Amino acid sequence: MSDRNLLRVPTMAELTAEGKNPDILFWVGCAGSYDDRAKKITRSFVKILNSAGVNFGVLGSEESCTGDPAKRAGNEFLFQMQAMTNIEVLNAYDVKRVVTACPHCFNTIKNEYPKLGGNYEVIHHTQLLQDLIDQGKLTLEGGEYKGKRITFHDPCYLGRANDIYEAPRNLIKQMEGELLEMNSCKSDAMCCGAGGAQMFKEAENGDEEVFEARTKQAIDANPDIIATGCPFCNTMLTDGIKMKDLNDQIKVLDIAEIIVKANNL
Amino acid sequence: MNYLSNILFVIVLVIGIFMFAKNMGKLIRNVKLGRNVDRSDNSSERWKTVLWVALGQSKMTKKPLAGLLHIIVYAGFIIINVELLEIIIDGVFGTHRVFLEPLGSLYPFLINAFEILAFLVIVSVVIFWLRRNILKLTRFHKPEMKGWAFNDANNILYIETLLMSAFLIMNATDWNLQQLGAEHYHATGQFAISQFISPLLSGMSEISLIVLERGMWWFHIVGILFFMNYLYWSKHLHILFAFPNTYYSKLTPRGELDNLEAVTTEVKMMMDPDADPYAVPEGDEEEPGKLGASDVLDLNWVQLMNAYTCTECGRCTNVCPANETGKLLSPRNIMMKTRDRLEEVGKIVDEKGKFEDDGKSLLNDYITPEELWACTTCNACTDACPVLIDPISIIMDLRRYLVLEQSAAPTELNMMMTNIENNGAPWQYSPSDRLNWKDEE
Repeated sequence: MSDRNLLRVPTMAELTAEGKNPDILFWVGCAGSYDDRAKKITRSFVKILNSAGVNFGVLGSEESCTGDPAKRAGNEFLFQMQAMTNIEVLNAYDVKRVVTACPHCFNTIKNEYPKLGGNYEVIHHTQLLQDLIDQGKLTLEGGEYKGKRITFHDPCYLGRANDIYEAPRNLIKQMEGELLEMNSCKSDAMCCGAGGAQMFKEAENGDEEVFEARTKQAIDANPDIIATGCPFCNTMLTDGIKMKDLNDQIKVLDIAEIIVKANNL
Repeated sequence: MNYLSNILFVIVLVIGIFMFAKNMGKLIRNVKLGRNVDRSDNSSERWKTVLWVALGQSKMTKKPLAGLLHIIVYAGFIIINVELLEIIIDGVFGTHRVFLEPLGSLYPFLINAFEILAFLVIVSVVIFWLRRNILKLTRFHKPEMKGWAFNDANNILYIETLLMSAFLIMNATDWNLQQLGAEHYHATGQFAISQFISPLLSGMSEISLIVLERGMWWFHIVGILFFMNYLYWSKHLHILFAFPNTYYSKLTPRGELDNLEAVTTEVKMMMDPDADPYAVPEGDEEEPGKLGASDVLDLNWVQLMNAYTCTECGRCTNVCPANETGKLLSPRNIMMKTRDRLEEVGKIVDEKGKFEDDGKSLLNDYITPEELWACTTCNACTDACPVLIDPISIIMDLRRYLVLEQSAAPTELNMMMTNIENNGAPWQYSPSDRLNWKDEE
């Protein structure tokens, strides 16, 4: 492995042992930790954090599912067990800020943990990336993406659920990509079909799968790249593009991956 | 003899208002059958929501044509009803156009405004009817829109057209009577719209004009009282319920689901190393309640009010990804079935004084698990609703019952949950592998 690929990923346990407390905790999430496709997003995001010199930590093996899929599947009991265990860990490390590349983790920690005793400032990775640009720690060079036709698929739990629409779009614009909007976008965006624990089960009977319908809408915008900000949306749309046999023409990428490639990190 | 019509009017008015009040009382009682939920916080934010969403119709204009037409009908409804005050005073005291003298030149201005609005209402209602019956917009023709739901929508359009027409014909006849110098018909001048109807009535005798004018006057007021009482049976109830419904709507981010408090207590106990698992519950602790909802009585009163507020416009179902891809789930139908079941439960309470098990429940008899499990919780429905109804909260409460009380989740979801329990991830990976990505390329 070359040096370039070597990521600096300190765990909270290591940092605490050294008497350090990082500025922000990177909550990786289950998809970002275990899913082969999502792990690439995680690595890309960390590359940016490393190159911008962000003082962050991860929980590593002390991290556990936020409980989102259990809660949305109706298992409030399991959700709260997960939530309270996680909150104990987070509070023990005196975590103040949390960043995550998963809108589901983002929504759960930001909105559902406070009433169970977990109060943190929670941001999505696209928001942190914008902050880094604003602070001069990250410069976007469009690179190979300059002028590329990019459409952004709004993850439900980032967009409608939490009203964050502009952070990812601004990043695309700053890379001088040509931002295309699908017919249904922002608060009207169609779901990819993964939320509400659907990711983990077969769909009910119908005419087609939700991800197929959403992929069609994305294709109709005629993009070179479908950008996302959610590992689950990424999986669904990647599947959709594969089904249409368009994986050579259209790439499904996370905003963090686009930045890493553009900046050649 | 003269007093006969005054007395008749007062009787009709009192009966109309009494029946309306009685039925509204029943609706409010039914809503209160729901579980308690505290929405007393943040009243300034809540009033703002009412002003912006209910009064200001901010969500309606997302569909510009329907939004504009709806605002016209809505404004017509509110503004023309100012005329109702005059009708009631005239009816009770046997006067005719009692506001004419005190208002002076303002009077024709007001009536002109009412007439123009009435005309615009008729035009809008005709377009609404065409969209529903000729253009057949898909959202008005989903499976749940058969039978009463479909007829109800058209009935409302017919009633509105008749009411507005009666008002215009009444004014037209009045003017013709003025020309004939009929007694009591004070000179008002011609009005903006009814002036075009007057010539059509020019051949009529004074007595038939008076019969027509009185007939229209009575039709207008009796029609309004009828319409008021029709609300109880109709999706048109939203004209009243939209206001409390938006006031008590959820103010927290759409993505936030409530945390079940009963579960919190239990989980805290389990996690507290000092807790005594054999401790006798203190004092008058109640039986642990049902977790989640299987029937309307397990829902909270805001959810029940949501069901009564739904006007079946189908904007939610139109954007529901499950419905769009041909699945059984329709958020509108979730609301309609909740309302149907609540009505049924309400009837039992009417008859027996309290709810007695009738062997039926909202879950299974009305809403099937297949519908519930198709929801992606994407919040497209809650975002689309012009009156801030939250179908997802009902879907979630029913799912909670299925899982927490009946362990009836789909098999794959049970596997997912077992994985979370055993290894802290929805998939079967070891927690010790959580950081493996660091060294993989």
